[in-house]
Amino acid sequence: MDVSVSHVTKEFARFPALNDVSLDIHSGELIALLGPSGSGKTTLLRLIAGLDQPTDGQILFGGEDASHKSVQERNIGFVFQHYALFRHMTVAENIGFGLKVRPAAARPPKTEIRRRVGELLEMIQLSGLEKRYPNQLSGGQRQRVALARAMAIEPRVLLLDEPFGALDAKVRKELRKWLRDFHDRTGHTTVFVTHDQEEALELADRVVVMSQGRIEQVGSADDVYDRPSSPFVHRFIGEASEVAVRMEDGEVWIDDRTVGLKADGNGPARLFFRPHDLELLTGCGGCFEGVVVGSRRLAGARRLEVELGGGRHRVEIDVPVDHPAAMKSGLNFRPRHWRVFPVAG
Amino acid sequence: MTSATAFKRWRVKEPSIIPGFGLTLGFSLAYLSLIILIPLAGLVWRASSLSGAELLAILTDARTLAALKVSFGTALIAAAVNAVFGVLICWVLVRYDFPGRRLIDAMVDLPFALPTAVAGISLSALYAPQGWIGAWFAPFGIRIAYTPIGITIALIFIGLPFVVRTVQPVMEEIDRDVEEAAATLGANRFQTVFKVLLPGLAPAILTGFALAFARGVGEYGSVVFIAGNIPYVSEIAPLLIVIRLEEFNYAGATAIATIMLAISFAMLLVINLIQAWSRARYGHD
Repeated sequence: MDVSVSHVTKEFARFPALNDVSLDIHSGELIALLGPSGSGKTTLLRLIAGLDQPTDGQILFGGEDASHKSVQERNIGFVFQHYALFRHMTVAENIGFGLKVRPAAARPPKTEIRRRVGELLEMIQLSGLEKRYPNQLSGGQRQRVALARAMAIEPRVLLLDEPFGALDAKVRKELRKWLRDFHDRTGHTTVFVTHDQEEALELADRVVVMSQGRIEQVGSADDVYDRPSSPFVHRFIGEASEVAVRMEDGEVWIDDRTVGLKADGNGPARLFFRPHDLELLTGCGGCFEGVVVGSRRLAGARRLEVELGGGRHRVEIDVPVDHPAAMKSGLNFRPRHWRVFPVAG
Repeated sequence: MTSATAFKRWRVKEPSIIPGFGLTLGFSLAYLSLIILIPLAGLVWRASSLSGAELLAILTDARTLAALKVSFGTALIAAAVNAVFGVLICWVLVRYDFPGRRLIDAMVDLPFALPTAVAGISLSALYAPQGWIGAWFAPFGIRIAYTPIGITIALIFIGLPFVVRTVQPVMEEIDRDVEEAAATLGANRFQTVFKVLLPGLAPAILTGFALAFARGVGEYGSVVFIAGNIPYVSEIAPLLIVIRLEEFNYAGATAIATIMLAISFAMLLVINLIQAWSRARYGHD
């Protein structure tokens, strides 16, 4: 099912949580809404679900306007961060709930419900636990039950709100892989919210990076990591070193020196690069020339704090642990990949 | 050496690293004995001065049976009514914000604070055949005051805060998520309330019911004014005890008291067992 969000605005007590957001989600896609807290990602998910109504704009399910349909009518599957299982029901009753509350005409017979529940239990690899109550399950198991419960109603779209947020790191990794397999097998259109970029990059077909109620960039993991479209995305995804520069005559300048990078445009700008993605040089005309002022050991590298231009700028770079540059006070380098964003005004 | 091992064998295993278990447990037991157990034991001891035949005679006395029936019957009905409408009031107080909400919230506690005799007198004035409310029912031949209906109304008044104050904090804790989950699964409001929310509240409602019931069985002050105290019809067991005392029939009074104690204890035990069962099953805290 294609889902299309068109010029949607959501205000909470006059405070805009979403500002004119548009997004097309293709059928069968696995999409991550990624952003810091307060970026509006959960609000967007709840609007798609129908748990909140947009102040302005439209939400279309397969070309049909669903903006004014109730949650119940939208037929979506929603998985909550804290599972939201019904704790007075067994695992089987939880999973079968969505089928049991259907109006009599649409409700499958009891044996059919039992069969579906059995199938879903098998799919979430919890067969044999159908008589347990939620409080007798681990966090990871509960979240899988929540997922099965959402899948039982054959939703048109599966929406997950920070599904792994309440789990510990190991279970989180396992479930991440499991969800990817699950999606590949069932082919449901799936949207999940996360603030964990690693999770978003690893899991999603496309990542929607959000900030302050707006979409900053939509793209594959490669797109948002290698070709970030704004300073925010560059800072938010992966690690970034940045320095104030000037563009002039097709070159990037730091103060009064060129650094050997080509750029079109004129005026003040900020240069971004990845701390680990650079080459160290021995002497140069036209490169970054800095003084090492600090050094920290990371797991697989040594992170140096380097002052450029006589102390006016400071950047971080990673060098191999055994590289002699780490021991010296001065060094030269040039980023392999970089982005320049003009500074407005 | 031997005394040391004997001492060791005597020691209760401390269940926690927090110090002072022995002291606090000792204090709690001494306090409970003083306040509750010794008076109750005195009651049973007093009743045991009767021979079995005498006791049976008092218990099977038609007046005693009628009084017990009135007491437990009205208390049960009142507690049931309170369980329904108390939950409704909780819902309004927890879920909606409206001007005067805090005032109504405070009003719920009034039956706690009001001297029960005051409540009894004003209720009997209201529900008497000439009273403001009683006058509406009198033309249809429905008498409220001076019948078991009046007793039930007094007990509803007295028991309401027990249900509200027990259920309210639990209702406030309900996760919004659970309701939203039910909605995304296609449940309408009715189904959400009756299949998801109320079962989750059941232990709290049951506790409130038990408290209101226990209070209703023992209530005296508010009831004697509205009951009319007609033997075999609207005479409650606590009143019968007082009457026996005034006749200097102490044995008779304690016998009735003891049987009330036994019935109340049995009913509260059953309710607690139901709760323990639900706690073990659903993991309620």
